Amino acid sequence: MRKNYNFAFLDEGSKREIRRAILKGVAIPGYQVPFASREMPIGRGWGTGGLQLTLSCIGPDDVLKVIDQGSDASVNAVSIRGLVHETTGVDTTTRTQDATLIQSRHRIPERPLTRDQLLVLQVPTPEPLRTYEPRETVTRRLHAEAEYTGAYLELFEQIVRYGTTTTGADHPVMVGGRYVMAPSPIPRYDNARLNMADNLTLLGAGREKKIYAVPPYTRVESLAFDDYPFVTEEFEGACCHVCGATGVYLTQTVDPVTGEQVWQCSDTDYCAQRVSGEQGEE
Amino acid sequence: MDSKSAPVPVEHVFRDDAPVLKVTGLSKRFGAGCSYCADPEAKLERNICPVCGTVHAVRNVSLEVHPGEILGIVGESGSGKSTLMQCLYFDQDPTEGTMNVAAYDGGVANCFTVSRQQQRFIRDRIFGMVYQNPYLGLRMNFSSLSNIAEKQIAAGGRNVHRMVERGEELLGRVKIPLRRKQDPPRAFSGGMQQRVQIAKALSNEPPVLFLDEVTTGLDLSVQARVLDLILQLRRDLGVSMVVVSHDLGVIRLLADRTVVMLDGRVIEHGLTDQIMQDPQHAYTQELVYSLL
Repeated sequence: MRKNYNFAFLDEGSKREIRRAILKGVAIPGYQVPFASREMPIGRGWGTGGLQLTLSCIGPDDVLKVIDQGSDASVNAVSIRGLVHETTGVDTTTRTQDATLIQSRHRIPERPLTRDQLLVLQVPTPEPLRTYEPRETVTRRLHAEAEYTGAYLELFEQIVRYGTTTTGADHPVMVGGRYVMAPSPIPRYDNARLNMADNLTLLGAGREKKIYAVPPYTRVESLAFDDYPFVTEEFEGACCHVCGATGVYLTQTVDPVTGEQVWQCSDTDYCAQRVSGEQGEE
Repeated sequence: MDSKSAPVPVEHVFRDDAPVLKVTGLSKRFGAGCSYCADPEAKLERNICPVCGTVHAVRNVSLEVHPGEILGIVGESGSGKSTLMQCLYFDQDPTEGTMNVAAYDGGVANCFTVSRQQQRFIRDRIFGMVYQNPYLGLRMNFSSLSNIAEKQIAAGGRNVHRMVERGEELLGRVKIPLRRKQDPPRAFSGGMQQRVQIAKALSNEPPVLFLDEVTTGLDLSVQARVLDLILQLRRDLGVSMVVVSHDLGVIRLLADRTVVMLDGRVIEHGLTDQIMQDPQHAYTQELVYSLL
């Protein structure tokens, strides 16, 4: 490895600052900790928050996996994996169970993570109250006072207009009974998997300069009304056309041979392992 | 001595001695103040201290509102009416003063010094506010139903059906056709916006309602309808209200008692009829005579 950069690209001072923000975030689950987002070799909004978390946490013994919407092979995932590998020399993998550090955009891997694994999520808009209140000074005060009328009002408005909540992803959650948090644009299916998880989840927003965290074994509840409970996406009668899996998060695609619309596992690694027989039926 | 010939001291005492809202010595200063204007009797240039330039928007105002009573506040523009209202509704922090609310802590706590959360609690459950400018009181991009539900959600409402029902009931009460319940107030006329605000303020059946220039800028027939609604609310629900207006006609129609403000202080108060018939202060006289 050429030594043109410090280990993991960032200088040690920056890493220390980011780690401090992480520690504060872990200490106050769901609280958005401001940090001085560094200029990165990828554009803001392309995962700089997650990348800075990854680079600050990674050590020479780590094994890295990067996914984008469940896929290891998308351009963004490949470039970030390449960048981290080139500046640290750590091993990379696509296998969820072999990774110690997983950076992800918009998905949590299908296979449940263990306490030895760290999940880093990239966040475009960390503020769940932003559409309700555009001023940062005000939203900070609302969080301080645990005043979450705005988050519920958004959902109420959707129900009044469309008869159901219409959050496709990024459905707001209450963390540890205290802070309402944007879980990053993960599908509603993944919200439940943040609850009482064995692993630590770190969330980073590079453009918005915020870091927050969900520590292991923290209660994470999706916001809902008494008579409109939270529901996840439905894949009634659908199964993956590659591995036949049901009960997982599926995406719709077009079969290249027949031209039909088919469903496929969103988590490509999970799908591949099922095909090769490594992942048992669940 | 013949006791009949001795003058009997007359003192006005309220029958119910528990006001729903009691404000004592409320002041709001913009500026640091100095030793000259610290004296409540100090002479100011209107409401500005001639020595340090501090603006005394509200000076040492005390008032009481009793159950089912409508208290009017009149005064010219810049006399501190709206600042006073915003202090009462916790939109601004007063510099000095105390406020006791009967429905909160038995009227013991000074609501200006309790925590922000508690102030929110009072705002959401005990007070209702209708602002002069609907843009301050409504979320223009959310539907009317959501606007009305916002206060209920803030007060802990988590049942959509019940909140929608209540919203529709209130929209009916303020005479907004239900087919427009999903429309945002942005798409409404000024009079309708004002009525949505009233519906929102009423959603939790608050015992105290603040109305800041509710009829200003509305045409006469809409004005009459809004005033009618306010009187109906008082009659049906026994809501106590503080009504701010510079329109003496509105005050005469609504208020039982009236307070006249000038340059941040109360210069005269009494029964509305008494103030209209027999104004004592030179400014009130000018105000009343200019009406005729």
